[in-house]
Amino acid sequence: MTALLSTEGVAKAFGGVHALTDCTLEVQEGSIAGLIGPNGSGKTTLFNVVTGYERVDSGHVYLGGREITNAPPDKVFAAGIGRTFQLTRVFPRLTVMENMIVAAQHKERGRGWGGMHMPLARAGGPATRRRATELLEFTTIAKYAGALADTLSYGQRKLLEMAYVLMAEPAIVLLDEPAGGVNPTLITLIADRIRQLNSQGTTFLIVEHNMDFVMGLCDQVTVLDYGTAVVTGPPDVIRSDHRVLDAYLGTAEEDDDIPAA
Amino acid sequence: MGRQLSEAIIDGILAGGVYALMAVGLTLIFGVLDIINIAQGILVVLAAYLSYVLSVHLHIDLFLGLFITVPAMFVIGVAIHWAFIRPLRGRERTSMSLLASYAVALIIEGVLYTIFGSNYTNLRAWYVTGAVKVFGFYLSYIYLLGFALAVVLVLALYFTLYRTQFGRSIRATMQDRTAARLIGIDVNRVAGLTFGIGVAVTAAGGMVFGATGGGFNPNTGYDLISRLLAIIILGGLGSIAGALVAAVFMITLEGVVDVLWSPSWSVVVFYGALVLVLVVRPQGLFGRTAARAQ
Amino acid sequence: MSSLTAGPPAAGSQIPMRTLRLAGIGVMLAVLIAYPLVITDALYAEFGVLTLLFVAWAVAWNMFSGYSGYISLGHAVFFGTGAYAVGLLTEHLHLTGSQIFWLLPLGGVAGAVVAVPFGLIALRVRRHTFVVITIAVFFIFQLMAYNFSFTGGNSGLSTPAFFWSPATYNNPFYYAALILAVGTVVLSWLVRGSRFGLQLLAIRDDEDRARGLGVRAMRVKLSAFVISAAITGVVGALWWFLIGQALPNTVFNPAFDLSIALMAFLGGFGTLAGPILGGLILEPLQQYVTITFTNGYLGEILLGALFLLVILFLPRGIIPTARERLTAWRAWRERRGPQAAPIGAAGADRAAAAGPVVTGPETGTRSTPSAGSPR
Repeated sequence: MTALLSTEGVAKAFGGVHALTDCTLEVQEGSIAGLIGPNGSGKTTLFNVVTGYERVDSGHVYLGGREITNAPPDKVFAAGIGRTFQLTRVFPRLTVMENMIVAAQHKERGRGWGGMHMPLARAGGPATRRRATELLEFTTIAKYAGALADTLSYGQRKLLEMAYVLMAEPAIVLLDEPAGGVNPTLITLIADRIRQLNSQGTTFLIVEHNMDFVMGLCDQVTVLDYGTAVVTGPPDVIRSDHRVLDAYLGTAEEDDDIPAA
Repeated sequence: MGRQLSEAIIDGILAGGVYALMAVGLTLIFGVLDIINIAQGILVVLAAYLSYVLSVHLHIDLFLGLFITVPAMFVIGVAIHWAFIRPLRGRERTSMSLLASYAVALIIEGVLYTIFGSNYTNLRAWYVTGAVKVFGFYLSYIYLLGFALAVVLVLALYFTLYRTQFGRSIRATMQDRTAARLIGIDVNRVAGLTFGIGVAVTAAGGMVFGATGGGFNPNTGYDLISRLLAIIILGGLGSIAGALVAAVFMITLEGVVDVLWSPSWSVVVFYGALVLVLVVRPQGLFGRTAARAQ
Repeated sequence: MSSLTAGPPAAGSQIPMRTLRLAGIGVMLAVLIAYPLVITDALYAEFGVLTLLFVAWAVAWNMFSGYSGYISLGHAVFFGTGAYAVGLLTEHLHLTGSQIFWLLPLGGVAGAVVAVPFGLIALRVRRHTFVVITIAVFFIFQLMAYNFSFTGGNSGLSTPAFFWSPATYNNPFYYAALILAVGTVVLSWLVRGSRFGLQLLAIRDDEDRARGLGVRAMRVKLSAFVISAAITGVVGALWWFLIGQALPNTVFNPAFDLSIALMAFLGGFGTLAGPILGGLILEPLQQYVTITFTNGYLGEILLGALFLLVILFLPRGIIPTARERLTAWRAWRERRGPQAAPIGAAGADRAAAAGPVVTGPETGTRSTPSAGSPR
């Protein structure tokens, strides 16, 4: 299996705070990768750096062998990386369907000045709308297609964000705390949908604090601590690695038994 | 020519100090309330008229009159904020407060026109026309006193911001409104008082401006606010140091162009400088980089 | 989804919403077309022209500022440029006939030409700074008008007299303005439902995120800015021909910018029909005030006071507030149960309420602050 997404020695500091130091990790193509670590370990910063919302101080980011370090967000998106945010970002005054159509913009773009050669064309051609409806049904929010996005509940917004990120048919999707703040039924739904998409070939990299979610879903888990990837491996191995416990709880005695999760 | 140039520079620095004072008030309001108070220009004019009334009808000295006009403008500022800014809610809050302050400015302008008419007024005192000779240059008293006043007030402002509890609350609110609320700061009160302070400094600026500006009438408010806005943008919205530097720089630049080239074009250069700086550095000299235009 | 297509006609309804809407528009158009033929008083005819001009301007302004969220308080730059441009170009031509109307597009071109560099600089900055830049550029232009000799300095430019029949003097202007206004509204409607418009609205809501999804923000914003500027330029040109004089402080007049913004806010900032409604209400009002109160400054005071009232009590504007009330009322009626609702037209109302605005039990009751948001 080849690495679809990889970072190499990425460093990013905000003033005196070193959010990422020599961060190196790989996400295998077709896998569901998890990224865990205590608060402040740099998980969201890593996402920001990969997707172009922050520039690296040093290091490289590669997608499918191509370097995408410091590429702006729209190029990263066009290259095939989709990303959701911890605090969901949807377009509140557009309808759910319109949110989906906006995400398809770069695909609908025709020739001419930024796609302006048909500027007054109706937003969202039939193919786009069909796909949008499919995705909305897939995420169970299709009946809200005509509702304004800011009337959705938090959980529904998470689903919407996931849906519209998928509009671009990304090769890899970065999910920032998809299970955060939602009820257990929804968590199960989200996990199930991720598995389904993965079986169709989409790679995932998921940041999460919910251990059951991560351990139950991911093939590989990377642990981030103080901006560095300290250990990577399958969930069972990670679960009992003392370095993980160190990271979360501070240094532990070597001899302590780590309770099974 | 060299002498004229030096004079222009010195005058520019002194006058710039007064503009700096008014600009600092404006940038402070932006920093804490996140709004641009378009009414600041006409409030300066209002303050000038107040000084005029005190001076001409009550024969109170201009500087002494400040003890009345500064608190008066403070109260007016707090009242404007409480009545028209604080109640605004919703997503478009920032834009709406900008338009609200524009509306307030129009109202004040109309009122001033109605009361005082459109004739140009000047503030007079013995020190307005007198000058002192320093190193071969004539420096008019009013400019020196005005500059000194500006320095005193800016220092007082710095002292308040960095050495008092209230000042800490202001700075906290400027940095993160929500966090400030969470640690118990009454953000609305801070906002109202800051607005009042920002307006109160216009009293001082207005008095000096009224004495040195070459005559003012209600219409002068437009010219003033555009300059003040240009100054705080160039200096960086929310940055006090930026406002100071930008004010002195731009006023001096304008004065120099006025002498070297032509008075009508000096004003265009003033705004041109703003545009140029923004092309190179959209956040202004001392402004923080915006994450992206938002 | 285009804002003019409501939900599908419900079974058993009397008149579908769509037909009602179209009928309403038709009636309004008929009234507007007939207006100068019926009202022959020259003064009121001029009111009509000015009203239509400002409606066109307000709609054009809203097409940029309302849809993108970047408030411009310097649109009078384009107005004045259009006026001066056409004035300068025709200065030596001594035109007195109706050929002048063919020159109107020049005003638009002038506005557009100015808007390109203006926009390239101004649209790179945050929204706050953007407003200020528009104000700054506005004052630069006003100063240039005063200072350049070819613009006539303080005395500005004047048109030669048009030797048209005094009784119907205003009519050609009126119909030109009507065409302009209707054209602008149609354009605004088309933009609203188009891909271009959707991108603008997305930028308004979350520019960063929109960029991240591939929206070319600068191009979209600049295009809207230039279109808006071009229309404003044409308005300026027509105004110049109508009034016959262009002075630096009458065409580069800051009060215009506030009026336009007020019209849009009054009717509903960012909505399609908002600026139309705002313009139709506000411009006649302003004209009336100007005529009645000879103290011109009183008009300013009233304008400012009105603006404050609107902002404080109708912050979202008339149309969105009305829509919200209507939706809330319908939701209330639905909850009261079928026995409360009579058959027929009201039944159509209820069915239409299940249309695109808000659907589903989960979202129905949370609707009040946002269901009536601009569509």
